[in-house]
Amino acid sequence: MFKFGFWLQRVAQLLIVLLLVTFGVSMLLRLIPVDLATILLPVASEEERVMLRAELGFDKGPIGYYLQWLGNFVQGDFGKIYFSGGTENVSDHLKQAMPRSLLLMVYTQVLALAIAIPLGVLSAYRAGRRSDKVISNTLFTLSSIPNFAIALLLIIFIGVKFAWLPTLGYVPIAEGYWEHLKHMIMPVISLSVGLIATYTRLLRADMIAALREDYVTMAASKGLSDQRILWRHVLRPSSVTLMTSAALSMGGLIGGAIVIESIFATYGVGFEVFAAIAGRQYIAMQSTVAVIALFYVFFNLVVDIGTGFVDPRTRDRRVNA
Amino acid sequence: MSSLLSIKNLGVNFDTARGSLEAVHGVDIEIPAGTSVGVVGESGSGKTVMCRAAMGLLQGSNVKRSGTVIFDGHELTAMSKEEVRNLFGSGMAMIFQDPMTALNPVRRIGSQLSEGLRVRLEMSKKDAMVRSKELLELVRIPNPTAVLNSFPYQLSGGMRQRVMIAIAIACNPKLLFADEPTTALDVTVQAQILQLLRELREDLKMSMVLVTHDLGVVAGNTDYVAVMYAGEVVEYAPTTKLFADMRMPYTEALLESIPKVDHKSGTRLAVIAGRLPNPTDRGAGCSFAPRCKYAQEKCHKEHPELKKDPDGHLYRCWYPIGVAL
Ligand SMILES: Nc1ncnc2c1ncn2[C@@H]1O[C@H](COP(=O)(O)OP(=O)(O)O)[C@@H](O)[C@H]1O
Ligand code: SF4
Ligand SMILES: [Mg+2]
Repeated sequence: MFKFGFWLQRVAQLLIVLLLVTFGVSMLLRLIPVDLATILLPVASEEERVMLRAELGFDKGPIGYYLQWLGNFVQGDFGKIYFSGGTENVSDHLKQAMPRSLLLMVYTQVLALAIAIPLGVLSAYRAGRRSDKVISNTLFTLSSIPNFAIALLLIIFIGVKFAWLPTLGYVPIAEGYWEHLKHMIMPVISLSVGLIATYTRLLRADMIAALREDYVTMAASKGLSDQRILWRHVLRPSSVTLMTSAALSMGGLIGGAIVIESIFATYGVGFEVFAAIAGRQYIAMQSTVAVIALFYVFFNLVVDIGTGFVDPRTRDRRVNA
Repeated sequence: MSSLLSIKNLGVNFDTARGSLEAVHGVDIEIPAGTSVGVVGESGSGKTVMCRAAMGLLQGSNVKRSGTVIFDGHELTAMSKEEVRNLFGSGMAMIFQDPMTALNPVRRIGSQLSEGLRVRLEMSKKDAMVRSKELLELVRIPNPTAVLNSFPYQLSGGMRQRVMIAIAIACNPKLLFADEPTTALDVTVQAQILQLLRELREDLKMSMVLVTHDLGVVAGNTDYVAVMYAGEVVEYAPTTKLFADMRMPYTEALLESIPKVDHKSGTRLAVIAGRLPNPTDRGAGCSFAPRCKYAQEKCHKEHPELKKDPDGHLYRCWYPIGVAL
């Protein structure tokens, strides 16, 4: 059942969101009360700056500038990073940073969900009892530790004291999967802890609500085991909130892992944003933020499709949407 | 006559924020094999809790059950959850009031219907599907193949209730608890479902506990009736006897509250002036006393004991109707 009209509408909505976000960033850039050309080329001659203004569209109005940037962006020209004496393409930076961020995100999600789903199911099943309280309290405590503190603790103990894992840098998969993983373990753990707490809490709440439903009693009256009821009957209708939250954090992990990427020197997309801001590379910032927004929107769409499979009722609602 | 189900002194308490809630208290019921027993009472009188407690379906750390339940020679109250579970499907089964909420919203009818067959009867996936289709035909669903592939929300209320009945009878149970199976349905559909239950009961030689708040439903569909009030069975008699010669003022009030046929209200909700007593604090006397037109001083002070007429008619009242004191 593929509702073409619905998805067309949904994609259009998301495109509008993308346009609004990128336009907003573009306007903010133009609101900075400085000459962008001077910032990008601090030691250049006035002629060179005039050329840059013309090249980037700074000499046009804000809308003209945005349209020019957008035209370049959709053609894959994300602009340049300017040094005294040279330039690098933003797209080259992103080409290097994107796989790192994507892998970091995927590992973090897999680890967080692999731990949070069983914990959420168990604590909902044992709600109010000892195991539930132990799980909830432990996760609450862990989630109140900021992820950089977890990162530092991991570095101090696992990295330095026991020297089990390398503390810095990124190794591509091509150079050995195990070596690659060794560099990812600590960043992934640092990012997962907070997510595990959030996911477990969301799933627990939805499962507890679902466990009160008649269809659970119905399933029990068929003579099914508690295990089967939990995993086959209750988990699926209870996982829509969890999926939505996971989609949001996927976007967040792509662009927002700045601190962890800096601590472990894995330098992904989040770090690119940070570097662009620190180096006042506004074009790079604008394009990188746009790429991150693209990912947010993409994961949103993926989850929309996913919830349709998980909960057919949402599919039905779409027919009337 | 041997009892298929024998409930003795059944009590259920829930621990709630406002203290212990006594939902069911001192219930004794015998269900002879091959009979249909009605359980009537207003909403909130404990009918659902009583049935679920009898089957052992009440979950949660706040549930306290007491008393004895013996089904087909098994003392359920002395068995482990797993042992009781082995009697579900082929021994006891239940259908629920609202077929929308009692079917899993995200799973297809086919998988919900075949599941019991596969788990309880260990059928293969293919055999279970074939049998599922037969079961849908048995409950008179016109297009079983399409329904097998549907989700509950795609079916009408009456269809969903038929599906639920099919699920309940899938493993040929000896006893079916039907908890208000027609309350959520249109009047015309109600009659069809009751008719279906009557036929299935005969064909499958199944006993039934038919829960309802409507004495009208009880009339043509049951051999015995238990009238529940505030968590207690206050009257128990053969159905014809109950209608002809009731003892309890509450039963009389229930009967009087049945709206006339020309009263176009859709569902027939029993309305008796006043409300059920607070289940966390039932006073000392008869729980019906504040609403009873026969109530006297003794009724407010002392809880009436269960009395038995020579013919087995049970009731709980100090001043029963039709008995010379
Ligand atoms: N899980 C529960 N926790 C606390 N109280 C409950 C629970 N289930 C039912 N009750 C209470 O038990 C009483 C009887 O309810 P119920 O058996 O559903 O009535 P009926 O089926 O006759 O309408 C009601 O007061 C209800 O609020
Ligand atoms: S005991 Fe008294 S109050 Fe209770 S039903 Fe009988 S007459 Fe009415
Ligand atoms: Mg009920």
